[in-house]
Amino acid sequence: MSAARPRLPRRCTTARALGSPLAAAVGDAAEVAGAEPAPSPDHAALRLRVAGIRLGARWIWQDVDLTVEQGEFVAVLGPNGAGKSTLLRAILGLLPLTTGTLEVLGRSATRGNRAIGYLPQRRSFDADLRIRGLDLVRLGLDGARWGIPLPALGGRAGASRRRVDEVIEVVGATAYAGRPVGELSGGEQQRLLIAQALVARPSLLLLDEPLDSLDLSNQQSISSLVQDICRGQGVAVLLVAHDVNPIIAYLDRVIYVANGRSAIGAPEDVISSATLSSLYGSAIEVLRTRDGRLVVVGQPDTTSFHATH
Amino acid sequence: MPLTDLGSPPQPSFDLWGDLQQLLQFHFMQNALEAGTIVAVVAGLIGYFMVLRGQSFAGHTLSQVGFPGAAGAALLGVTPALGLLVFCVATALGIATLSDAHSQERRAESAAIGSILAFLLATGFLFATLYSGFIDGVYAFLFGTFVGITDSQVAMLLLVALVAVSVLAVIGRPLLFASVDPDVAAARGVPVRLLAVTFLVLLGLAVAEAAQITGTLLVFALLVAPAATAQQLTARPGLGLALTVAIALLVTWLGLSVAYFTIYPIGFFVTTFAFTAYLIARAVRWGTGIAGRHGAALA
Repeated sequence: MSAARPRLPRRCTTARALGSPLAAAVGDAAEVAGAEPAPSPDHAALRLRVAGIRLGARWIWQDVDLTVEQGEFVAVLGPNGAGKSTLLRAILGLLPLTTGTLEVLGRSATRGNRAIGYLPQRRSFDADLRIRGLDLVRLGLDGARWGIPLPALGGRAGASRRRVDEVIEVVGATAYAGRPVGELSGGEQQRLLIAQALVARPSLLLLDEPLDSLDLSNQQSISSLVQDICRGQGVAVLLVAHDVNPIIAYLDRVIYVANGRSAIGAPEDVISSATLSSLYGSAIEVLRTRDGRLVVVGQPDTTSFHATH
Repeated sequence: MPLTDLGSPPQPSFDLWGDLQQLLQFHFMQNALEAGTIVAVVAGLIGYFMVLRGQSFAGHTLSQVGFPGAAGAALLGVTPALGLLVFCVATALGIATLSDAHSQERRAESAAIGSILAFLLATGFLFATLYSGFIDGVYAFLFGTFVGITDSQVAMLLLVALVAVSVLAVIGRPLLFASVDPDVAAARGVPVRLLAVTFLVLLGLAVAEAAQITGTLLVFALLVAPAATAQQLTARPGLGLALTVAIALLVTWLGLSVAYFTIYPIGFFVTTFAFTAYLIARAVRWGTGIAGRHGAALA
């Protein structure tokens, strides 16, 4: 059981104006291949307008309008099968929208976007996988590059190594980054995977259930690490979660996806009886326990918000 | 049948340099060493990725398929090496098509592979039966030979090896990414599916090459054991690759030399040395693990 963490006053995000039309042409400067994507400060990290995805005959979600500003920490919540991971796949350009538009830093979503760091839903590494954590992080930097790395071009190799060491330091994994990943604990693997997602200096970090299957103290420390990254490096974070309680102290806003629709706003505004009832179209009650935890009662998938003690 | 009927092999003098000179004065031994060296490099490099990807079963199937390939070629009067190559590459493409996977579906892959394997082995035995007087040839295809490797065979081995190694050099890093972390690799724009197919074809080429030295049943000696040994000893990809090739070369050269001085098939020696290397590596890792834990407990 971790020591009771004092609830931090949530930072008030100033840039919250939704849907202010921005000139799309501004960000269209030609990007040099391999160069660091330079995010224009004018663009939101992520903007969806009347976005919808239909798979087969079923609409996963529809009419989604949301904007995530640069450097914001936003959680994506909702019951199982509500389309949270689908949202991430659409942002990654792996799944096309059926309707509407989706822009990452002012550009439409494309596959292999280096401005996005991605941590997929819980991957378990085979205990026999004989590759170091360091190598895994390094692949996040240059793993998509073709051809053999030539030692003769030492400048670039040295810079890459320094960047890998630096990002491993940021996530606090220096002590064990040289060991084979298969031998590391879940929390240690998760830190290295966050480093891998972060190593190419993305402007938007997509984390799919990073707290899943971690114990309480690891949930706390990973949440706090993600907030540090968000504030310290100015990276916008979209974190898909099952349970809002371990992260609520660190969040700027939440997106709640349910019943094919979505709501976005401050956590206490979205996770409220009124908002969730209108989202689900049935009576939902949000209770606050004495220690400040939120418990949602009456939703179809009741497991997702049970307090986990 | 008494072993002496097979003719007595040359005797080693235990003067290593002298023995080596004796061994290399024959053109067929030069060819065998050249072929063995080419094969060890290719099998080592591709074997490293095969072990890392957990695709040993696909490699196993491809090696078994070499047998009907070689037998079919002999039946048609073509060089067995060509039959091996065609069958292995065709089977690699077959496995890739049948196990149509959105990654991570190794189960579908193994079912598809099993079906192909059974059918092709049966075909091989049919070919062998149809081809009368094939018994000696069957033995060589299954367990390997190092006599009678022609200059043109060495040239063909080298050509195929150059193609395979060049392709691997280009796709190596994305392949490593796709092998250990397919989801993130796909999100970063790595064509994971295309790489999987390409790698299976490379694996088919490597198997077809190695089968010509070790025989189709013992391809694993060069494809799995050196890579598995290296991965016991290091978790660094670059060092692991280098170590894999070094071990493959060592066991091949040793196997060839010992086979020259005995009457027994080369496949046996290569396999035995490779397996011994693996056992030693396991023992070393086990030993250092014990020492590490002991040290940590004391600290």
